Amino acid sequence: MNEISTRVSSVAMTTGEQSVPESRRHRARRSLAVARSGRAGRMLVTALPYLWLVLFFLIPFAIVFKISFSESIRAIPPYAPLFEMVDDTFLQIRLNLANYMMLFEDRLYLAAYLNSIKIAAISTLVCLLIGYPMAYGIARSSKAVRNGLLMLIILPFWTSFLIRVYAWIGLLKNEGLINNFLLWLGLIDQPLPMLYTPFAVYVGIVYSYLPFMILPLYATLEKMDMSLLEAAADLGCKPFKAFLTITLPLSLPGIVAGSLLVFIPAVGEFVIPDLLGGPSTLMIGKVLWTDFFNNRDWPLASAVAVAMLVLLVVPIMLFQRYQQRAEEAKR
Amino acid sequence: MAHSATSALMANPWNDPEAQPFIRIQGVSKSFGDYVAVNKIDLDIYQGELFSLLGGSGCGKTTLLRMLAGFETPTEGKIFIDGVDMSSIPPYERPVNMMFQSYALFPHMSVEQNVAFGLKQDGVPKKEIAERVAAILDMVQMGKFASRKPHQLSGGQRQRVALARALVKEPKVLLLDEPLGALDKKLREKTQFELVNIQERIGITFIVVTHDQEEAMTMSTRMAVMNQGMIEQVGSPVEVYEYPATRFVGEFIGSANMFEGTVVEEATDHAVVRCPELDADIFINHATNLPPGAPVVAMVRPEKMKAQVEKPESQYNYVRGVVTEIAYLGDMSIYHVRLATGMVVQISQTNLRHTAEQRLTWDDEVYLTWHPGNCVVLAQ
Repeated sequence: MNEISTRVSSVAMTTGEQSVPESRRHRARRSLAVARSGRAGRMLVTALPYLWLVLFFLIPFAIVFKISFSESIRAIPPYAPLFEMVDDTFLQIRLNLANYMMLFEDRLYLAAYLNSIKIAAISTLVCLLIGYPMAYGIARSSKAVRNGLLMLIILPFWTSFLIRVYAWIGLLKNEGLINNFLLWLGLIDQPLPMLYTPFAVYVGIVYSYLPFMILPLYATLEKMDMSLLEAAADLGCKPFKAFLTITLPLSLPGIVAGSLLVFIPAVGEFVIPDLLGGPSTLMIGKVLWTDFFNNRDWPLASAVAVAMLVLLVVPIMLFQRYQQRAEEAKR
Repeated sequence: MAHSATSALMANPWNDPEAQPFIRIQGVSKSFGDYVAVNKIDLDIYQGELFSLLGGSGCGKTTLLRMLAGFETPTEGKIFIDGVDMSSIPPYERPVNMMFQSYALFPHMSVEQNVAFGLKQDGVPKKEIAERVAAILDMVQMGKFASRKPHQLSGGQRQRVALARALVKEPKVLLLDEPLGALDKKLREKTQFELVNIQERIGITFIVVTHDQEEAMTMSTRMAVMNQGMIEQVGSPVEVYEYPATRFVGEFIGSANMFEGTVVEEATDHAVVRCPELDADIFINHATNLPPGAPVVAMVRPEKMKAQVEKPESQYNYVRGVVTEIAYLGDMSIYHVRLATGMVVQISQTNLRHTAEQRLTWDDEVYLTWHPGNCVVLAQ
C-alpha cells in the first residue's frame, strides 16, 4: 500500500499539477505525506545497523587505535595516557610510535604476519579445490537431493565451533582415532605425529571454513543457465573445455566471494592454531593474544591489531571494487 | 510463403519416391520415467526444407528437437542425419547447430566472441574466423554491435546474434527452438520473413519448433502437427489447413466448425452425411471411403461459410441460425451464429467496404451455406 501510494505521488509530480483535478491533487498531497513518513521509516531501518556498527565497532577500534600510540606502564589500565594536561594549561599529546617500530624491528611480528597470510592463502586454495567440486555437485543434483546436501553442509554449525575443533584433537593425536586405525590396519608401526603440526592447523582451518567457500560457489553455480553448456556443446566444445571457458569464468564471482570469506577470517584465526598448532605454529592472532594476556603489553597488542586490520582492508577493498565493476557490467 | 517459383518447382522432394531423405527419424521414442514424451515417431525431412514441428506445450516437439541435437538420447529408435546413424555421436560432433529458445548467448563474451566460439572449437585459423564472423554479422545486420555484450542488446538483437552464432559454422541442419517466441508481434512477423529469406539464400535445412500455428504456416515448406508425443499429420501448410487428417489437426490449426454425424450415402464421386445439428444433409463432391452408417465429423472452416437471408435453393449444405456475437477485427469480422439446437457456429467475412451497411448485425436470422468441396469429412 505504502509503495503504491509512493508511486502515485511520484507520477503526480512528474506529470505536473496544473491539469490534475482537485480530488487527485488532494490524494497526491496525502500520499506525499505517506511517502515522507515512509522515508523516515527507511532512514530508521538503515540507521540502526549503522548505529550498531559505530557503537560496537568504530568506537572500540578508535580506542584500540588510541592505545596503540601509548606507552606500556605498570598500572591499571596498563598504558600511559595519550592526552595529558600539563600545569592545567597545556594539552600535551604524547604520540608513541615505538609500538609500530617494534612490529618492524622484532622479526617475530613480520614472520607471524607472513606465516598467517601463507597459512590463510594455502587453506583458501585447498578450500577452493575441495569446495568447488562439492558446490558443483550440489548445484547439479536433483532438487530432491539438493536440500539434503545443503543441509549437510550447514549442519556442523549446529554445534559449537570450539567443540568441533576440540574433536579434531581426538582424531589427530598420537593415540587418536586416525592413528589407531592406521596401526590396526598395519599400514604404520608407529603413530604419525599429526597434532601440534602445521598440518593440523591446515586441517582445522579447511574443515572449519569449507562451508563459507561452498555456499557462495553453490549460489553462483546454481544460478547458471544450463542451456549455456548445451550451446557450447552444440558449437563443438567438449565438456571439459566447456567447463573451462563457460562455467569457470561465470562462477568467478562465487570464487572471489568464497575465497575472501575464507581468507580474511583465516588470517586472524586464533583458536585453531592455539588448539591444534601447538607452540611452534606462528600466527598473528596467537601473537596478539600472547602480547595482550601474557605480556600485558596493551599498546603493542593494539598496534598488532591495527596493522592486521590494515593488512585485511586491502583484500576487502579489492573485493568491493571487483563487485562494483561486476554491478556496472550488469547494467 | 516467400518461396520463389523456381524453388517451388525443384522442391517437393517428399513427393518423389526416388528422393533420399536428409534426416530420417525411425521409430523414435523418448520416455522420462513413466512419462512418454515422444512416442514411436517416423519422419523424413529433405535437404533444403524449412520444416516445422508444431504443437501445444508438452506435445514432445522440443524433446524431438533435442534428440536431433543430441541433448537427449532416444529410448528407442534411430536418427540418421545425411545417412549417418547419430546414436553414438555426442552433441559436439554432430553436423547440426541449434538456436536456443533462450538464445543461450554467453554473457561474459562479446557478440563477436559469441559468434566466433564455434569456429574456434574447430581450430579455424584466426584470420578466417574474423572474416566469417564479420560476414555473418553483416548478414544479420549486427556488424555495428560486434563489441557489445549480450546484456547490452535488445531482444531482437540477441535473436540475431543467436542466429548468426548457429549459422556461422555452416551446419548441415539448423535447429530452431521457438526462434521468435521472445519477440513482440510486429518484430516477430518481420523476422519470420527474414528467417525464410536467409534459409533460401544459404540453402541449409531448417527445423523449427513452434507452438504458433501462424508462424509455422508462414515459414514452412512442410510441417508436422504433434499431439501427445505423436505426429498427427505431416504436410504442407495448405494440405494441413485445407485437408486436416484428424479432428485434432482441424481444431488446432485455425478455427473449425465440427458437426458430428453419420455417412448416409457413399458413391465414387460423392457422399452424403447426416448431422443432427443441421437442417439439411451435407453433400460432399468426393468419396469418403467410409461405409454408410460410419460415424464421422464434418468440418467446415468459418471463412468457407456464407451467410444469406433467403433460404437456399439446394436441398443440401445449409443451416439456419441467429447472429449472437460479432467480433470486428478490422480486416474481417467474426460472427457467432446460434443454431436451433443451441450449437454455435463461427463464420468470418472479409470487410471489403468502409461502411457498416450490408454487414450482418445482432439477432439477424441467416442461412449459412457452403460449397460441396469445402467440407472435410473425418472418421470418428
